[in-house]
Amino acid sequence: MGKIIINIEQCKGCKLCVIFCPKQLIKLSEKLNPAGYHPAEFIDNGQCNSCGLCYQMCPDVAIEVWKGEKR
Amino acid sequence: MKKIFSRPESLTAKRNIYCSGCGHGIVHRLIAEVIDELGIREKTIGVAPVGCAVFAYDYWNFDVTEAAHGRPPAVATGIKRVLPDRVVFTYQGDGDLAAIGTAETVHAANRGENITIIFVNNGVYGMTGGQMAPTTLIAQKTTTTPLGRDPKIAGYPIKISEALGQLEGSVYIERVTVNSPKNTIKAKRAIKKAFQNQIQNKGFSLVEVLSMCPIAWGVNPVEALKWIEQKMIPVFPLGVIKDKDLTAKGNL
Amino acid sequence: MENRILMQGNHAVGEGGLQGGCQAYFGYPITPQNELTQYMAKRMVEERKVFIQAESELAAINMVFGASLVGARAMTTSSSPGISLKQEGISYMVGCELPGVIVNIQRGGPGLGNIAGAQGDYFQATRGGGHGDYYLIVLAPDSVQEMYDLTREAFDLADKYRNPVIVLADGILGQMLEPVKIVKKNPMSNFSAKKDWILDGCKGRKPRMVRSLLMGEGVLEEHNLKLGKKYERMRKSEVRVETDNLEDAEVALVGYGISARICKEAMEIARQKGIKVGLVRPITLWPFPEKVIAENVDRLKAFLVIEMSLGQMVEDVRLATNGKCPVYFYGRTGGGIPEVDVIVERIEKILK
Repeated sequence: MGKIIINIEQCKGCKLCVIFCPKQLIKLSEKLNPAGYHPAEFIDNGQCNSCGLCYQMCPDVAIEVWKGEKR
Repeated sequence: MKKIFSRPESLTAKRNIYCSGCGHGIVHRLIAEVIDELGIREKTIGVAPVGCAVFAYDYWNFDVTEAAHGRPPAVATGIKRVLPDRVVFTYQGDGDLAAIGTAETVHAANRGENITIIFVNNGVYGMTGGQMAPTTLIAQKTTTTPLGRDPKIAGYPIKISEALGQLEGSVYIERVTVNSPKNTIKAKRAIKKAFQNQIQNKGFSLVEVLSMCPIAWGVNPVEALKWIEQKMIPVFPLGVIKDKDLTAKGNL
Repeated sequence: MENRILMQGNHAVGEGGLQGGCQAYFGYPITPQNELTQYMAKRMVEERKVFIQAESELAAINMVFGASLVGARAMTTSSSPGISLKQEGISYMVGCELPGVIVNIQRGGPGLGNIAGAQGDYFQATRGGGHGDYYLIVLAPDSVQEMYDLTREAFDLADKYRNPVIVLADGILGQMLEPVKIVKKNPMSNFSAKKDWILDGCKGRKPRMVRSLLMGEGVLEEHNLKLGKKYERMRKSEVRVETDNLEDAEVALVGYGISARICKEAMEIARQKGIKVGLVRPITLWPFPEKVIAENVDRLKAFLVIEMSLGQMVEDVRLATNGKCPVYFYGRTGGGIPEVDVIVERIEKILK
């Protein structure tokens, strides 16, 4: 189990993380960030496996990826 | 929980000014990660170009200067010859490297300067408003080729990396892209090799990165990924163009 | 006995640069300064310093930029058309506050002109030369000895103000052979010790950036005002001028560089004829020695400016007199050399 933390101030809503998330756990928020973009939003349903593909594609380096300890 | 991916130390916390979906931010991060991984942050000197990446010095957390348009290889040469034990790299766009700075690029390569060049090719001049670049594709519309680039008037997209590969002085040249996670990881590998070559005193290394410029291409960021795949890669094929390590082993 | 050796002007510039602590030289061939680049190709390597024959003057000045950026004393040399190409880099160096020494062995222009000595680049050198709003110290030697001395000292001035310095000579001085007294020790070289602005890797300190792009509102103006204060300090402290026979003179000749040598001879001949002629020889063309001109406007009947151009420095002389004394001009252009006889005739005509 993992999670991501999105820096919504830095996000510019390009959607590259959204399309590459293999589990469709990222969507664009309906709210606007201070720069006027709809930032990405993490849908935390316990399915994130910390693959980091979102991180690889984020042009704003606005995503942190966390991984749960092995059980 | 353990943090496994986050902003590298060599990147400042500053929000970048690039457009949504621009590839520069990815390439900046890859360079920063490579510098962190090689432990060279405190001995690296970066040379930023003129163009969209002119503000790169705000984003990298190490010594950075900014050169006149096209002159980063000459500036890097001056730095490296005086301080050969530092790691010196230039970050240049297509206009900077392959139009106004062609002479500086070619001769730095030909002298075999022990520097690293990260060459970001997005086929347009972004900063100035989407004009034709030396690497603009045939028929591609830009603000100075409103009917599409006509080779009879404006010549052809320049394959500068292939040309540099012909020079005795170049050691390693590879073309990569950042249009998918897989390609981005490959791009990082190439960038790392280009820095390692310098550390090992092998000589001139250049990585050309095909990078997204959705605004100037008139597409959205997701379409820009496909644009690279469908339009750029057929003209600028990915892969190792030259690697003296492999040639020496007879593998290329 | 003093240790003097016979040297060519171009070689003296190179040796002066070395004794001034030049650690990196970047050049590109152009007549009439080729002996200089050739000399440095040999001497810099002997001294285990950096020498590159660049692919262009543009590249050479940007290599100077890079070398200076990391703390080295760096130099490039060229002649007029090549100096035009270097103006881009010089402007960036000023913007970034990078020291460096640029030597111009002037030749005839405009365009490719010819390869004779000339003084057509006075405006370019003293008015900044490149784009933007700036000044540089411009040193004008009139002998091979000064080619050596002023190049050596240029490195200190560049470091002192973190601003490029131009040595403005010409093809005649470049080709001339004269004895030179070699000074081994550089008296002022301590300036290079405290370069706390260089980029050499951020070990043990915060990262630095060196740039000339200042986009924030008012930031560039603030920066330029700071540079302006520097130019004021140069104006106050760095004026150099040689004067001779001004005490009783009725006419003062004003000439720099090789023209001053001609003026000196004309002054001697005029004096033998009983005409009271003096001399003002600006050694710094910027800052211009306007004070010595202004101080003599009441005493003198006229200034006669001698140049190898259509008349450039004459404008600075006129500004310095502020309309209080007539200023005459005699010049030759395109490689022509002012003649001593003509100068004496002009003086006689002025005094008639």
